Amino acid sequence: MSKQIFNLPDVGEGLTEADIVSWKVKPGDTVAINDVLCEIETAKSLVELPSPYEGTVLELLAPEHETIEVGSPIIAIGAGTPNPAGTTDDGGATPSAPAAADAVAEAVNAPVPQLQEPGVEIAPLVGSGPKADAVKRRPRKQQAAPAASAPAASAPPKAAPAKAAPAPASEETVPAPAVARLLTRVLAKPPVRRIAKELGINLAEVPATGLRGEVTRADLVSYQAQREQEIAAAPTFWEGAKKPQDERIEVIPVRGVRKATAKAMVDSAFSAPHVSIFVDVDASRTMEFVQRLKKSRDFEGIKVSPLLILAKAVIWAAARNPSVNSEWVSQTTGDEIHVKHFMNLGIAAATPRGLLVPNIKNAQDLSLKELAVALNDLATTARAGKTKPADMQGGTLTITNIGALGIDIGTPIINPGEVAIVAFGTIKQKPWVVSGEVIPRWITTLGGSFDHRVVDGDLSARFMADVAAIMEEPALLLD
Amino acid sequence: MAGELPTTEFDEIPDELLDELEAIAHNRTEGHVQMVQLVDEEGHFHNGTRFSERARRLSRDELRGLYRDMAIIRRFDVEATALQRQGQLALWPPGRGQEAAQIGSGRATRPQDYIFPTYREHGVALTRGVELGELLRLFRGVSNGGWDPTETNFHLYTLVLAAQVPHAVGYAMGIQRDAARAKATGQEPGDPAAVVAYFGDGASSEGDIHESMVFAASFKAPVVFFCQNNQWAISIPTQVQSRIPLHNRAKGYGFPGLRVDGNDVLAVKAVTEWALERARSGKGPVLIEAYTYRQGAHTTADDPTKYRLTEDEQAWLEKDPIARFEKFLRAEGHADDEFFASVVDEGDALAAKSRKEVLAFEPPTLAGEMANVYAEAHPLVEEERAWHLQYEAGFADAETQEGGH
Repeated sequence: MSKQIFNLPDVGEGLTEADIVSWKVKPGDTVAINDVLCEIETAKSLVELPSPYEGTVLELLAPEHETIEVGSPIIAIGAGTPNPAGTTDDGGATPSAPAAADAVAEAVNAPVPQLQEPGVEIAPLVGSGPKADAVKRRPRKQQAAPAASAPAASAPPKAAPAKAAPAPASEETVPAPAVARLLTRVLAKPPVRRIAKELGINLAEVPATGLRGEVTRADLVSYQAQREQEIAAAPTFWEGAKKPQDERIEVIPVRGVRKATAKAMVDSAFSAPHVSIFVDVDASRTMEFVQRLKKSRDFEGIKVSPLLILAKAVIWAAARNPSVNSEWVSQTTGDEIHVKHFMNLGIAAATPRGLLVPNIKNAQDLSLKELAVALNDLATTARAGKTKPADMQGGTLTITNIGALGIDIGTPIINPGEVAIVAFGTIKQKPWVVSGEVIPRWITTLGGSFDHRVVDGDLSARFMADVAAIMEEPALLLD
Repeated sequence: MAGELPTTEFDEIPDELLDELEAIAHNRTEGHVQMVQLVDEEGHFHNGTRFSERARRLSRDELRGLYRDMAIIRRFDVEATALQRQGQLALWPPGRGQEAAQIGSGRATRPQDYIFPTYREHGVALTRGVELGELLRLFRGVSNGGWDPTETNFHLYTLVLAAQVPHAVGYAMGIQRDAARAKATGQEPGDPAAVVAYFGDGASSEGDIHESMVFAASFKAPVVFFCQNNQWAISIPTQVQSRIPLHNRAKGYGFPGLRVDGNDVLAVKAVTEWALERARSGKGPVLIEAYTYRQGAHTTADDPTKYRLTEDEQAWLEKDPIARFEKFLRAEGHADDEFFASVVDEGDALAAKSRKEVLAFEPPTLAGEMANVYAEAHPLVEEERAWHLQYEAGFADAETQEGGH
């Protein structure tokens, strides 16, 4: 009597496991095809398993209430007529215990047949479907290699890459580092990942500007352009001393944004006498505030940075010190100072085309959230190289965020047509003295340049002190 | 619970219209709204309508045949479900409860008509003479089709919801054009033919159905839209798919639509015959909503107890198409115990035969697939196929592994 094993099938689509809720048969029972063997519960449903075989139940191979993997054997059924030892002619319908035990023992020792009838496979079709196939190379016939190369010379090389292809993927499949990688994963959409992979760029090194801190396609393109220019050129940058001197000097025509920037800076630096002042600020509360905003539902999906608080602080301080938000206008009838009762807040932005200073029109009317959105839009547009000329005209005061590049502070040059510019240095933890004790705090330096024709030292100092006060205590904005 | 409708989207509709629409939607659950029914749940036949005259013309053998078809397709369905539970099929969509809708409509077709099924029209396949075991090739994953549609005019199953309906309308428009050309060239026209497009209440929400109905109406295409409203689009009740009875939609396209008791095989057959005759005679499409119930799961991967009430299932079991027709046959004296016993035997034999066929299906080979790339031999594919065969033969275990991937 041969033994037939029923493996747990996938009764849904792609299920990997199930619990046996209850067995409806026991060893020694006679079953026909489609008699219910047991009830199982999967992630999708509760279903009854009908018997694929007829015969006598030899053994239940899986206990109730335990999770069984799809493809595991659950029951052994003896084929054909019941075991003679299990059938008694002397009136007893049930098999005696020793006889049943014999049947089981015999069944366990019996070889498992591969085929029930000639040409009929009994292995479940989908029983092991969801599990990955074991990595096992099929053995080649010894003499196969020369035979295979005989008919077409080009054929075997074609086959080789196909076989070798899965190997490089092994790095991706180690489970534990994979989890760690997931936690520190750089956010990016799949197409961006693909491009990065193709270009051999580590996404973690690309400055991310997406709304949720993800690396965008533009970031990648910009990073790649810069890298190509700089890194690829690096080994060949220095020219040997043997070359004629004029060949060792590269001539770059000044055009476009570069030209405009140069002219503006010269106009500004040599027509407006600059006065620059600096102030160190404990921005720890600003950092906390930014963290809270990031977590708030109201700001979900909006990028929030300390720049937002600085922008708000500058608008607030300008209202208290109006002369900083003005323009020096030379007329034939005499010079005038035009004080602007509106804030077109310029933000200096590094773009693929060079430095641009688009401004946020009527920033004084924007709520904190609206200002955050406007800052994001402005940066996105500038980075995409889509800033329109109108976006750059009519500015009244500018912020330059040099801290984003890791710089502590610098002396900014005023945007022509304005009289003040605020530079925002990097924020980092530094030792700070609070109540006589040195503790680590988040420190930044603010720099301001002012046109001394309009803004005297005391006014510039008051303005900068007001901005600094907000950065130290953003709650003052509620004032 | 099933009658609960989302309401917020309809705020701009005047209250009276909303009330009216909802009243219709709710009344539908009674099952008697404007529905063609000839044999009621107790097996009583109702005379006096144009459709009852048609049904009355059926012979005793024809009536018995309808019962036989319904009973053995249900037995086949049980076997296929069991085969899936035994790991021998990847998936099976049971048709239990929809036998009258399928057998009645399938038996209304003529050989020259062409049928576009979904993936659940097992009963229709039976009426078209498709070898039932062949239906299982697709669900065992050994074939992309399983039968030759040109032999039976029963198209291959379509798994993408509603995708077969534009095909059906296109086929129907093709029939029109073939007929026009035959007339223009003075050829003998063949028997007029029509198309049946099967789909369900869930698919009725898809854009394909809308496009199909627009084209069918515009061109008066000879197509019958046969919608089996089995109440559930997997777990979404029909009341959510449509606020008004589905057959009413036909009015908007400009052709007749009517609801038939989908559990009454005589009503379904009579209505479908009428619609097909109308289509063949050039009067254009008809939408038939066969009001029925999916007694089982959506597929073997679904558990309906999670989304519907046992009381609802019980209520529908009392309207069972096969039990009802058995009452009718016995009451009218058309069949006796002997007949019913012979049908059970026939069903069991079919089930056993189908099981044997499934277990003996040869798995497809890659070489076989390559042979089917082009209708005619292609030198490059042939060369690659020859190389592949040689490559496969180079493995030490080639005999046991052939074709298995």
